[in-house]
Amino acid sequence: MAASTPPSEVTTEPSSDVPIGSKPLQELGSAVIRFAGDSGDGMQLAGTQFTDTSALFGNDVATLPDFPSEIRAPVGTVAGVSGFQINFSAGDIHTPGDEVNALIAMNPAAFKAHVADVQAGGIVVVNESEFTKVNLRKAGYPEGYNPLDDDEFDQKIRLYKVPITRLNEEALADSEMNAKGIGRCRNMFALGLIYWLYQRPLDATISYLESYFGKKKKLPAVAEANIKTLKAGYYFGETTEMFTVKYHVAKAEVAPGVYRKIGGNEAMTLGLAAAAHLAKKTLIYCSYPITPATDVLHYLAAMRHFGIKTFQAEDEIAAMCSAIGVAFGGQLGVTGTSGPGLALKAEGLNLAMMMELPVIVINVQRGGPSTGLPTKTEQSDLLQAMYGRNGDSPLVLLAAQSPSDCFNTAIEAVRIALKYMVPVVILSDGYIGNGAEPWRIPDVKDLKPIEVKHAQAVEGKEFQAYVRDENLSRPWAIPGTPGLEHRLGGLEKDSLSGNVSYDDENHQVMTDLRRLKVEKIAQDIPDLEIHGDPEGGDLLLVGWGGTYGSILTAVDQARAADKSVSSIHLRHMNPLPSNLGSILKKFKKVLVPELNTGQFRMMLRDKFLVDARGLNKVAGKPFLVNEIMQAIDLMLEDKIGDRQFLTPRLHKVEMETQDLDLSNYMEQS
Amino acid sequence: MIQRDGILEMTETPTQLTVLKARDFASDQDVRWCPGCGDYAILNQVRKVVAKIGATKENSVFVSGIGCSSRFPYYMDTYGMHSIHGRAPAFASGIKMANPELDVWVITGDGDSLSIGGNHLIHILRRNFNVKILMFNNRIYGLTKGQYSPTSEEGKRTKSSPMGAIDMPLSPLSVALAAESSFVARAVDVDKNLGSVIERVAMHEGSALVEIYQDCNIFNHGAYSYATDKDTKEDSVVRLEHGKPLIFGKDRDKGIWLDGNRKPRVVELGHGIKEEDLLIHDEHDESLAFLLSRMSHPEFPEPMGVFYQIKDKCYEDLLQEQVDSAIEAKGEPNLEALLNAGETFEVKA
Ligand code: SF4
Repeated sequence: MAASTPPSEVTTEPSSDVPIGSKPLQELGSAVIRFAGDSGDGMQLAGTQFTDTSALFGNDVATLPDFPSEIRAPVGTVAGVSGFQINFSAGDIHTPGDEVNALIAMNPAAFKAHVADVQAGGIVVVNESEFTKVNLRKAGYPEGYNPLDDDEFDQKIRLYKVPITRLNEEALADSEMNAKGIGRCRNMFALGLIYWLYQRPLDATISYLESYFGKKKKLPAVAEANIKTLKAGYYFGETTEMFTVKYHVAKAEVAPGVYRKIGGNEAMTLGLAAAAHLAKKTLIYCSYPITPATDVLHYLAAMRHFGIKTFQAEDEIAAMCSAIGVAFGGQLGVTGTSGPGLALKAEGLNLAMMMELPVIVINVQRGGPSTGLPTKTEQSDLLQAMYGRNGDSPLVLLAAQSPSDCFNTAIEAVRIALKYMVPVVILSDGYIGNGAEPWRIPDVKDLKPIEVKHAQAVEGKEFQAYVRDENLSRPWAIPGTPGLEHRLGGLEKDSLSGNVSYDDENHQVMTDLRRLKVEKIAQDIPDLEIHGDPEGGDLLLVGWGGTYGSILTAVDQARAADKSVSSIHLRHMNPLPSNLGSILKKFKKVLVPELNTGQFRMMLRDKFLVDARGLNKVAGKPFLVNEIMQAIDLMLEDKIGDRQFLTPRLHKVEMETQDLDLSNYMEQS
Repeated sequence: MIQRDGILEMTETPTQLTVLKARDFASDQDVRWCPGCGDYAILNQVRKVVAKIGATKENSVFVSGIGCSSRFPYYMDTYGMHSIHGRAPAFASGIKMANPELDVWVITGDGDSLSIGGNHLIHILRRNFNVKILMFNNRIYGLTKGQYSPTSEEGKRTKSSPMGAIDMPLSPLSVALAAESSFVARAVDVDKNLGSVIERVAMHEGSALVEIYQDCNIFNHGAYSYATDKDTKEDSVVRLEHGKPLIFGKDRDKGIWLDGNRKPRVVELGHGIKEEDLLIHDEHDESLAFLLSRMSHPEFPEPMGVFYQIKDKCYEDLLQEQVDSAIEAKGEPNLEALLNAGETFEVKA
């Protein structure tokens, strides 16, 4: 974000030099818009700017950036399409929205990839200039076919054909930039047009362009051109006959306070920084670049002025091991990764568990298995984080539930790690890591200090590295402290001295102690609160992590329709909150929606012998609210039968489509 | 604190300074290497050197991986970590970043550091962390009972290579030099010079690799007999001294001479060849060090001592300097300012 100050009073009008419109204004409660174009079209920037402007304007916002799977996909192809969806609202929202109210498609490939998600009667603005023969072919349309001439679309959507490329060129005809440079400004023309359509002020984007291109990159001509075409897009909406109505989404009613827009990865870094500050420790973040966790490294690398050190290790293993070295050395060691990297860290994490050192591992989950879908979201590393190590290796597992919640989760992870001398894994995911929402900035005075005890030598008493306190936590004795010299390692330790021990009974005791220590933490975490009927009812949805927003929204909608549906959402995945078992017993049926094939469902069934059913999806994107609604209905209507889980297929959850027709995937004779 | 460049750095006043002896660095654990293992001699020398240079127990950290040599930290009454196979350099890097004041040593073997841990070795060296790596090279896997290692000679017959190893061995010191190590040396477990080499590395500031020829009494006994037997030793090794010619042999009558193509040749002194014609050792000459690292038995006497040393900034200090200068530029860390950075907006009650 630009460092400039926001306008002190945000009005519904654009900046003063843009004339106030005269077309009819329609008031909306919320709107979902999506920018889509080639990965070189600047759609992420347009989307982020729209988000910033809307957040500053006072809307509640939720975003879903959708990066192309291939970085170097050929220009103009469907594989190279980049999208950015924003839900902005006058009310409280928790998801980026199911259906798109307005799509901006910068080329045929973007139109092809996204038009199906537009609601019936929704707006689609296409960059008509790009619907050339060549581009239509690149998008994979049949020879001679142009969707813009297809009546089918005319009936379904409100199609606005705007020659954005040409209009942008005309707007910048007297610019000194070359044709390529001018072409790159067209996203701002599109953004200007959408700003007009939704009556957003231009100020925030203008000041961003001035500060980013003008001051930081020292390219005032580029800043000027972008601002010019942004305004040209706005005027175009106002003056052309094409658009007959414009929209307005009022400010949301939110708690008073100072807000900023925040993404999950950024919130994670602020949480870690805050936790280090509260514990009076130096945060040293050791990491290896991996999508979609790399931004955590980027943000922290830019925080040297906050006393934070970052270390780009030679691989995932070294990142894990150096973070453990940091912990042994007495500071706050943190590493971050995504699924495949967590697999490589398993060995080090197991050693940290064995040595009982406080270290934090952030896993921003992505589509698996193996390299999987690096830019897409999933929740399929739960079992890996929980069990993916040799031997019996219990550790603490937390899951963040929204972009801003990453802040709280990071602090909680550090609190537990330092208090109990145990590694903590935080599960985030690509959706909340890259997604953004407004965040009420906490008052620093309200953040509780994190107490850290370091062992000191006691005269006449031999130091025992594994003797435990009331929390079953062993002493954190750091090098440099006279009299506490001791050796740690991965071999089994004597339960008091910490010296290597091959004693059979000692191994049993140590295994028990490591398990009991983690279990005991359940007494130190908050009880779950039921969203809905505290006394129980027909159906309970059990969620964890990044599905929070869509589950909450679905449950609210079901309850508004008088259905007996409630939900709980877990942040503490291990140990589980103490009241979980009793809550499960209060409901006739349990549904666990997860973006995997049923990992938490398995843990729940194992621990509570509960007949939990799943709603399981691994299609690269978060749940649509409507998918959960359909599953709720099937559960309430007793249609699910013996089926263990439901899977949305093309956003429909129907009993008829649950089984795959396997013959489709076999060689045809 | 240890003595560096002749200046004693102390955290306490001189009157409180207790002088530690080698035995003060011995932990209460029984040393469990096989009788006759070369590791014992190395352990004794390390204990002596740390005592001699005035290191303290509390500020010394020994980090190891997995393997026979990696048991080492248990036998030092200092801080220590017996970590994971091959990963000791990564743990050591973390420890150094957390507390740059500590004296951090890595104890490793040829399998630990060159096979499973090859990646970590080259990266700790190039970053120039002030960490001293002692690599016990016995050219075999001892702990797993005798398989060939990355330094085993071609054709080596072991239980995992019954028809002879077909892997080309590598030279640890060539690797270290290519990885930009700021200190590279070699010694032999039972040689009288081991102590002085360890003392040199202890005083060095920066990443350092010392290859120590170590006899695995059980699975590869006699691998270095040419360099340890009284009869062959002086003809099989050449001792390096900065600024001095490379002379060797029982009667000190042989030397190393560079031919017109800068290829080393063994020559006899006399017959028109004088000492000043010989190759003169220069510890600061990287290409010379590399040339020396390629000289191997039986074609050449193998160089012993310090091959290479340069002075450069250490990673942990550069990292701290970045933090300090960022704080100087932007002012003391302020959490409230950090959280409120960027564009904010206020919603009034
Ligand atoms: S196996 Fe070899 S290296 Fe290992 S302790 Fe025995 S003699 Fe030493």
